[in-house]
Amino acid sequence: MPETSRRGLLFGTAAVSAGAFLTACTSNEPKEKAAAQSNQPAADDKPGKPVTIGFAGPQADHGWLNAINVQAKARAEKYSEVTLEITEGSNDTAAQIGQVKTLINKKVDVLVVLPADGKALTQVGLEAMKAGIPVVNLDRIFASPQAYRCWVGGDNYGMGLNAGHYIGEQLKDKANAKVVELAGIDNLELTKQRSQGFADALKNYSNIKLVARQAADFTVESGQAKMAQLLQAQKQFDALWNHDDDQGVGALRAIQQAGRDEFLMVGGAGAKSAMDAIKADNSVLKATVLYPPTMAASAIDLARALGQSKGIAGLSEMEIPTSLTLYSAVVTKDNIDQYLPTGFS
Amino acid sequence: MTQPAPSAQHQGPEKGTATGPVAAPPSKQGGGPRAFGLRADVRNLSLLGVLAVLAVVGGITEPDAFLDTGNLQLILTQSSVIGVVTVGMTLVIIGGGIDLSVGAMVALASVWATTLATQDFGFAGILFTAVIVGLAAGLVNGVLIAYGRMVPFIATLAMLASARGLALLITDGKTQIVTVQSVLDLGLPDSYVLGIPPLVLGFAAVTVVGWLILNRTTFGRRTVAIGGNAEAARLAGIDVRRQRLYLYLLSGVCCGIAAFMLIILSGSGQNTNGNLYELDAIAAAIIGGTLLSGGRGTIVGSVLGVLVFTTITNIFALNNLQSDVQQIAKGAIIVAAVLVQHRTLRGGET
Repeated sequence: MPETSRRGLLFGTAAVSAGAFLTACTSNEPKEKAAAQSNQPAADDKPGKPVTIGFAGPQADHGWLNAINVQAKARAEKYSEVTLEITEGSNDTAAQIGQVKTLINKKVDVLVVLPADGKALTQVGLEAMKAGIPVVNLDRIFASPQAYRCWVGGDNYGMGLNAGHYIGEQLKDKANAKVVELAGIDNLELTKQRSQGFADALKNYSNIKLVARQAADFTVESGQAKMAQLLQAQKQFDALWNHDDDQGVGALRAIQQAGRDEFLMVGGAGAKSAMDAIKADNSVLKATVLYPPTMAASAIDLARALGQSKGIAGLSEMEIPTSLTLYSAVVTKDNIDQYLPTGFS
Repeated sequence: MTQPAPSAQHQGPEKGTATGPVAAPPSKQGGGPRAFGLRADVRNLSLLGVLAVLAVVGGITEPDAFLDTGNLQLILTQSSVIGVVTVGMTLVIIGGGIDLSVGAMVALASVWATTLATQDFGFAGILFTAVIVGLAAGLVNGVLIAYGRMVPFIATLAMLASARGLALLITDGKTQIVTVQSVLDLGLPDSYVLGIPPLVLGFAAVTVVGWLILNRTTFGRRTVAIGGNAEAARLAGIDVRRQRLYLYLLSGVCCGIAAFMLIILSGSGQNTNGNLYELDAIAAAIIGGTLLSGGRGTIVGSVLGVLVFTTITNIFALNNLQSDVQQIAKGAIIVAAVLVQHRTLRGGET
């Protein structure tokens, strides 16, 4: 027995110290505090009557969705008269329906819903509208226009279009230019739209050919794997469009591992790491096409305006428009400082 | 790619005798241990055949891109992370269990090891954290299954859910970029040893250790015994529960090592890492000839299974085929491989 207990003591001590070390290692707080996010003035800054806004979104399991939550909260805090009822994010349709119903029962004044699945949440959107609660549908659109008062979201087709135009302009004087596309998850409609826009834009340039396309799945790991294969398949090309900056971290790693730098790379979505790389200008990444998470802040603005029954400053309409498609700006070294605060990590 | 061949030939007979001394578990294996050894050989040879066919297909369709050292390095590198996971998975399955939590453990270990706090401790801190987190998760699996008497499927499914959740909690959905240069350097061509990437060396080392454990140790024989017939193994004096605990520990450690390799490969940690690794690892083990009900299987077969899948992905990508085609083909290959095995086994029993 003494042998066992000595061994036990040894393992016990090791386990306890390993445990202590690991618990100390979960922190992700940066040593220096990050600069406060710039929060540009909203459409109409005068406080009005109190508005309670209910917000339901999917689980923030990646950077962009996390930024959506951050933007919504930050914007709501700016208005003293706005109360934000935010639900726990969920990717489960049934759970999200339940959350929206709860918000309806709480009689919030306006709802902002970013559905995990737009089509599946249509019914509950209709229900809210029938109960007299205006719904601001964020990004993933409901199946019926009756289910929302106003839709605000990004433009996936336009994202591809703008990426294509940017690359086209960079390569327009180059004979037989080759372009490679690293797409996102292929069974999402948004990926098809982005690819379609990209292909359509490139058609304007007869000297450019899309020589290869592979789909990753928005993760760093898949970005590295697919990009490594693309680099192996294409020994020389002139430009790369990567749909998503998260997988772009992996793609850049693969490019670095292959020691390649003969082409220019354009990203997508607008992650902070990508923007930092564009600003530093020390890699192949020269631009990124936005899919702005600031749309969540805009949705809060719209919801507040709906709750207070007023229009948007700058437009002569008396009412809020039914649909707002955001522009996918191309961020390059020239305009990076303007967009850097919106970059998400 | 042909390197595993010699060991494949060794393995059959060795494995046959290996099952002998363990009080001969009254096995389901019709032809007895020796016949199985021969069959394992046939199976590994047929996988090598598949690899050869794939090489020919790749060489014909994309001669420039497929047939160079760069591509060989690429295929082996892309096999490394999932390969290490598969070695652990193979041992668990041979021991009559299953580990559905491997992908989640890789995710958890990779994000825990890349937090800003861990990165402060540099290379050693990241490596230590990745391995210990894997070990700890494996320990929980093992204790729940061996001493809590939970069904492995359920216990590891629970671990899958909670490890993914914890990974998300740690990252808050963000991508954690690694800034420790010594870790990043290991993934770059300058660190290749005689043209072999360090990740591939790591994979090779884990494979050799896994093979030694299974074929050259009492531990390996016990694993085969409890997988073949746990009750008989218990009557023969094997501490079945402790053996199970150790197997899940091993799988956890493999996931920790794989997580460290993935950090090197991708230069980051993300809670989405290791997506569906459990299925890839099980699939590779199965087409490598490991019996899902336990008691039978080889490390070499599993490694060949991993190489087959990676090579297929590589050929598809080089030919610019899209993911829909890739997925269909992957499914078809699993079915074909299992059907062929059934035929081989039935042929052996009559």
